[in-house]
Formats: sequence, C-alpha cells, structure tokens
Amino acid sequence: MPTRRRALLVIVALCGLALASLLVALAAGSMPVTPGDVLLALAGGEGLAAEVIQGLRLPRAIAAFACGGLLALAGALMQVLLRNPLADPYVLGISGGAAVGALSAMLAGLALALVNLFAFAGAFAAMLLVFGLAHGDSSWTRTRLLLTGVIVASGCGAVVALIMSVAPETHLRGMLFWLMGDASHASNPWPALAVLAAGVAASMPFARELNLLSRGDTLAQTLGVSVQRVRLGVYFLAATFTAVAVTTAGSIGFIGLVVPHLVRLGMLKLGWGNDQRLLLPASALTGGSLLVLADTLARTIVAPLQLPVGALTAILGVPLFLFLLGRQRGSGQ
Amino acid sequence: MSPPLLRAEALSVSIAGHAVCRDLTWAVDAGETWAILGRNGAGKSTLLNTLAGLHRQDHGILQLGGHALPDAAAGRHARALARVRGYLAQHQLDPFASTVMETALVGRHPHLGRWDWESLADRDIAAAALGEVDLADCAERDVQTLSGGERQRLAVAQLLAQQPALFLLDEPLTHLDLSHQVAVMELFARRARAGAAVVAVLHDPGFAARYCSRVLLLFGDGEWLAGPADTVITTTNLTRLYGHPLREIGVDGQRWFVPA
Repeated sequence: MPTRRRALLVIVALCGLALASLLVALAAGSMPVTPGDVLLALAGGEGLAAEVIQGLRLPRAIAAFACGGLLALAGALMQVLLRNPLADPYVLGISGGAAVGALSAMLAGLALALVNLFAFAGAFAAMLLVFGLAHGDSSWTRTRLLLTGVIVASGCGAVVALIMSVAPETHLRGMLFWLMGDASHASNPWPALAVLAAGVAASMPFARELNLLSRGDTLAQTLGVSVQRVRLGVYFLAATFTAVAVTTAGSIGFIGLVVPHLVRLGMLKLGWGNDQRLLLPASALTGGSLLVLADTLARTIVAPLQLPVGALTAILGVPLFLFLLGRQRGSGQ
Repeated sequence: MSPPLLRAEALSVSIAGHAVCRDLTWAVDAGETWAILGRNGAGKSTLLNTLAGLHRQDHGILQLGGHALPDAAAGRHARALARVRGYLAQHQLDPFASTVMETALVGRHPHLGRWDWESLADRDIAAAALGEVDLADCAERDVQTLSGGERQRLAVAQLLAQQPALFLLDEPLTHLDLSHQVAVMELFARRARAGAAVVAVLHDPGFAARYCSRVLLLFGDGEWLAGPADTVITTTNLTRLYGHPLREIGVDGQRWFVPA
C-alpha cells in the first residue's frame, strides 16, 4: 500500500506524462509544428500553425484524453463492482446501447449533434434497462448483473448488425468508424474533460470503501461499508463515464480493460496492491495519455489516411492483454 | 451493572423456510467466550450472520452495543457498528493481488476517517496482529500465494487489527493445523480475558469444552440450549445434537468427545 506522499508523487509523474503526450499530439501531424509554435498557439497566437492547433489538434487531443481517462476509470470501477479482473466498461451493454442509438441516427441521416444525442440516449437506456432487469427481485447479485449486461449487449449487437445490413453503402464507412471508435469528429471535447475531472473527484472519497468492496461484499459490510449504496453509486458513475466516452468518440476498445491492469502491474512492481486511492486517478491519467498517443499514431502512421483509433487500441491491446494474462498464470494462480 | 454487549430477545431466525432458532433469549457479556455447536445445516452460520447484521431475523429484538440489528449494519451507523463487532467469514476472497500487510490493514477501515490514510500506528497494530498469528515474516508476500491455513490466519490477523469488542467467528479453525488451532483458540481466549467477548462456531466439542466458558447448541429444528460449557456439553446433549452417539474421554482433566 503506498503512503499518501508516494501516491501523490506517482500522480504528479503521471500528470507530467499526460502533458507530454498532449504536446506530442499537438506537434505531430502532416503539418510540422515546432514546440515553440505549440506554446504560442496555446497562448492564443495567430497564424496557420496556431489555427491548425487550436481548431483541429487541440480539440481532438483533449477528446482523446478525456475518453481514454473516462474509459480507464470506468473499467477500474467495473472491475471492482463485478469483482472480476476481466470486466470492462462495455461488459454491461452500455456501448451496445450507444451503438444502437448512434447508428439509428446515422441511418436516418441525422446531423452529427443528433447522432451524439442518440448515442447518449441509447447508452442511458441500456444502463437503465440492465439495472432494472438485474434489480428485478431487489437481490442485486453480481452474476445476475453480469448476465443481464452480457445479454443486453449481445441483443444490441444483433440490432447493430441489422441496421448495418439495411444501411446504404454511403453510410457504412461512418458507421464502421463509429463502432471502432474514432476521435476525429469530437468538436467540443470540454464537457467530456469536465466529466472526467468531476468523476475522479467524485470517486476519490469512496476509494478506500472500494478497496474493501473488491475483497468481498460480506467483508466490506462487516467493516462498515454501506455495500448496497456504494455499489449503486459505482454502477451509475461507471455507466455515466462510459456513456460520455462513447458519445464523444464511439466505442474505443481495450483502454478500459487494459489500462487498470497496466496500472495494477506497475503498482505491484512497486510492492503495492490493488489500492483504488491510487489506482483510480492513475488509471484516468494513464488511459488518457495512452489514448492521446494512440490517436496521434492513428492520424499520422499512414497519413494522409486516418485510421480509427479504436482499431489501433485493439491491435495494440490484444497482444498486451494476452501477455499480461500469461504472466498472471505464470505467477501460480 | 453494564448492559450485555449482545442481547437477543425472543429472536427467531430462519433461512429458506428452515428454522434456525425460535424465541432465542440470550445475552453475551464482555469477557465471555461462547461456542455455537450444531450439525451441518443446523443454521450456525446463519445465526452468526444474523448476529453480525448480515441476515434479517424473522422477529425478535437483537441489540449489539446499543445498536439495533440488522438496520444499524447498513445505515450510517455501519462504521460505528464495525468498531463494536468483528466477523470472521468462512471463506476469504482475493480476486486482486495484494500484500499480506495491506490485507491486514483493511481491518483498520472503521477506525479511519474518509480522507485518512493508514498511519504508522495503524501499521504497528497490523504488524502486531500478523505477529500474533505467526505471519510476521510474510508481510510483503502476495496473498494469492498463501496456503489455505496461512490465508485463514491472515483473516484472523485482519480481525485482530479491527479491534472489535465482540468477535464473531465462523469456523475459525478451518484449514489450520493442530498447533495453529490451539494457538488461535488461545489467542481469542486471551482477548476474552482482556475484556472482549467471543462467539465462535465450532465443530469440535472438545475445543468448545476446553476454550469456551459457555455454549449454545442448535438442534436444527429451531430448538436451542444455552448455558455454561460444564453443564451443557454432555454426552447426552451431544448425542442428541449430532444424531450420533458420542463418548467422553478425560485426559489430564480435559474432556474430549469421540464418536462411538
């Protein structure tokens, strides 16, 4: 368990990483920009470089950071809620609901703002549906929640397949990019960033209770945690973070699953266990930084072609996760 | 005279339609050590869960250090209640890696404020608890690498770090070898002499007779019998309790019971 001072040091270091990744994102691209230009543009300078940075790269980088942070934070919370290291933000069908909403709007040819609105409405509907069904007889067991979420998610998957099979060819590319996750359409990323900041702030006071919850409901309750209340709070927080993230940039995979594990692995190397007081903010910062870097790669690696960042995170995430899983088995579990 | 730590009045508990106890009137005072005996499925754990505030009784009053159960266990008094009673579960879960020290420190939760981090004093308490269960050398080990017996002792250490006034133990001797069974029972007997109260679900009437001053027998049909260990633990009662004849053997003034 880290001391408060050490945890703060780690957070400060990760803030540095986040700033560095944002600077890289602002400087890299088809139009080369010097670090000096970046600072000038951020300070409100004018000119072509400043326009590119202020109008294109900054919103996109901030959107990627906010989404990465939200997904990693939601993933860490879901893993505690379901007490399952394999849980991710999408396991309870929230991204499925958002996909159904977004693709329906695209099918109807609605404007981008309405697509986002429909995505959020879909995510929210899935969240309420899963909660209502799982809560049915007021015994809100983990298995029941997980099972309901998985079923709703697969139902949404079927609807998505149906929409895509009847959609005109011209719409398919946009739909595909949305499904894979793509930060290029995020024009106003600041609300997502605000949700991320508020989310970290809202979960920190409960972080030690989450530590207990991750060790079992009975233990948590006998040590003084109001288990039902905290679990409800965690569910709605994680679901809201996920909904905001997928509304901003589609369903980007693997960040929510892999980042909390990466952070845990790092903490383990330092001799610390699964302490949410460090894990939650560290996951948010790491997830944000990684998605910013992945998105920068996605738009520069085969420029002028742009890849959907979700495809990149999956391509990088799958081997990384398999590697982590292999290590875990190696340690004798 | 101070009121008892735990008081049950006309307490009826059942699980899945099966009666555990009917009209149980019972009090546990500071300094007492109680054993709960009964056959498998008699409801020993269900009763212990009820005493911990984890299971709702059908009727009757249950008071624990001034708190009415089970409502106090879920509301805003939950942390205050956790400073009164500690509960040792039958099984421990470790889905995520964590060190032995961190796991023991979890017991300090009810003593810490929302923004507090574990202090050096908390670490000293946890380290002392680990020492008491013979795990001082393992403080930095990953819990997921512990053996069953070591994990059980770690759960005991976590409970000691919690420092409750009443210890509720569900089969505290699970997975333990004989020497550690004796060590753990003696450790809780010491806590009782220092003013704590202990209620333990046990399977060996010999251990109950040796370490507990009092026993509560659950016969599995809602019937119960409570009283001093000397008078309640008899071959007649135990034969009725387990549905199997038992014989008593005296060794150096201690009573042991073997199946006939």
